Amino acid sequence: MKNIYPLTAIASSFLIALSAPAKADEDAKLVVNDEIEMVTETAAPSHLEGLDTIYSGWTFRTDETQSLQMDDFDNPAFVFVDQAMDAWDKVEGSAEKSCSSCHGDVMESMKGVRAVYPKWNEEAGEVRTLVTQINACRTEQMGAEPWGYTSGKMASMEALISVPSRGMPVDVAIDGPAQSMWAKGKELYYTRFGQLELSCANCHEDNYGNMIRADHLSQGQVNGFPVYRLKNTKLNTAHARFKGCVRDTRAETFNPGSEEFIALELYVASRGNGLSVEAPSVRN
Amino acid sequence: MKTLNLAAAAALGLIATMAAADGVVAPADVVFEDGAVEKSLTGAPGNAANGPDIMNKGAGNCIACHEVSALSDLPFQGTVGPSLDGAGSRWSEAQLRGIVANAKEMFYESMMPSFYKTSGYIRPGDEFTGKAASEPLPPMLSAEEIEDVVAFLMTMKDE
Ligand code: HEC
Ligand code: HEC
Ligand code: HEC
Repeated sequence: MKNIYPLTAIASSFLIALSAPAKADEDAKLVVNDEIEMVTETAAPSHLEGLDTIYSGWTFRTDETQSLQMDDFDNPAFVFVDQAMDAWDKVEGSAEKSCSSCHGDVMESMKGVRAVYPKWNEEAGEVRTLVTQINACRTEQMGAEPWGYTSGKMASMEALISVPSRGMPVDVAIDGPAQSMWAKGKELYYTRFGQLELSCANCHEDNYGNMIRADHLSQGQVNGFPVYRLKNTKLNTAHARFKGCVRDTRAETFNPGSEEFIALELYVASRGNGLSVEAPSVRN
Repeated sequence: MKTLNLAAAAALGLIATMAAADGVVAPADVVFEDGAVEKSLTGAPGNAANGPDIMNKGAGNCIACHEVSALSDLPFQGTVGPSLDGAGSRWSEAQLRGIVANAKEMFYESMMPSFYKTSGYIRPGDEFTGKAASEPLPPMLSAEEIEDVVAFLMTMKDE
């Protein structure tokens, strides 16, 4: 007999397991610009065994942080969206083209794109994130330098491309040729890394709704990425967030853009299938 | 103080294990029985007065996950684990020592970190730098720190 559970200990951990996740306001609804109704809570996709209901990270934030996302004039991310608007039309590289030369109006041509990424690219024979796709266009179509994976320019462009998909359900494909990357991402999600021996699931599946020190744990969804964080007053990419979360387990982290993080992004995105694309969102 | 302990631990590794009862028990030599550790890891009683500090900061950071009413002046107590109020009534000293040294011996696959463990990690890092570190790592708490925390937990009796 290895484990002794005194009755009181069982009772107290039991209570924690049973108590519903505490949110700032259970009934808060996210409607952006009085127009775009966001699904911030819905039934978990069938592949996801550990959760019944999925919640956007927005539902765990304070009233003040929540309200910043309700109007684009209040959302600080839109400063960066405007900058990306200029970049969209800017001619760069040896082919002397801009994004708009080929893709025209971003609000038309990019509608629905953010909702299905990361996505298998048949021609390249690989799973592409929005970031790797944008860089493929820069290097192969424009003859321009790639942007850094988590650079400000890249995060801003990702944010711009996300805008026309806001309110659409995340719908990432996990079968077909993407399946093996997805499985790899799932394995990473449940691996207990570092000296703290913590997996993503330990915090974001088993303990969402709980406080870990000053932080109110969410389900670690990526439907809001890139995210404007009040903490560092800039746009943050999903891979930068993953990097920080792995580092915080006292582990050797992975690099943004690594195969591991691309697999992880695909898997984490699929855990949010059914939530609305919220990007660019606001978090603390 | 810390270096003294390390020196003692290193010396112990060289000398026979017989000597262990009188000095510091190295992480690899800790004997768990039903998740509990009978003997003090330093061979001496801990100092409860040091407990709160260890539980608040550094690698201990117990209140990241636990609420402790006796330390209500410390802000942002976590709710991942149960409240530690009354831990000294619920558990014996040996059980608390086992839980703090390596909670996974007491609770199957516990989320609580193993504070007196030095190897067997997946991608161990150099503290919070995100960079690689090679095993054996220093344990997150020293034998002395563990004894101090255990002594403090023993003072937390049900009213
Ligand atoms: C020379 C033409 C060209 C230029 C310039 C160009 N792209 Fe592309 N882009 C393409 C082609 C071709 C595709 C692949 C279309 C497909 O397979 O659906 C594509 C695909 C994309 C996609 C994925 C769309 C989807 O439905 O999956 C994104 C996002 C994208 N481009 C962004 C950009 C951005 C941002 C820029 C400017 C930095 C840019 N592109 C510049 C030609 C271009
Ligand atoms: C020690 C606990 C812990 C672990 C382990 C952990 N995270 Fe986090 N994570 C946090 C905290 C705290 C936050 C900030 C509050 C929140 O949104 O949960 C966060 C935030 C996030 C967010 C941002 C959510 C949003 O809506 O803005 C994502 C995405 C995320 N984590 C993914 C991951 C992934 C993937 C892993 C595994 C590689 C992981 N986390 C491991 C604690 C953790
Ligand atoms: C990452 C979160 C985490 C940290 C940090 C943590 N614990 Fe725990 N602890 C837990 C969880 C979860 C349990 C519940 C046991 C289980 O089922 O795994 C627990 C259980 C316990 C128990 C037994 C619960 C009871 O009935 O009283 C004690 C005692 C304890 N922890 C002490 C500590 C001490 C002391 C520290 C700091 C040195 C600490 N914990 C740090 C998560 C944590």
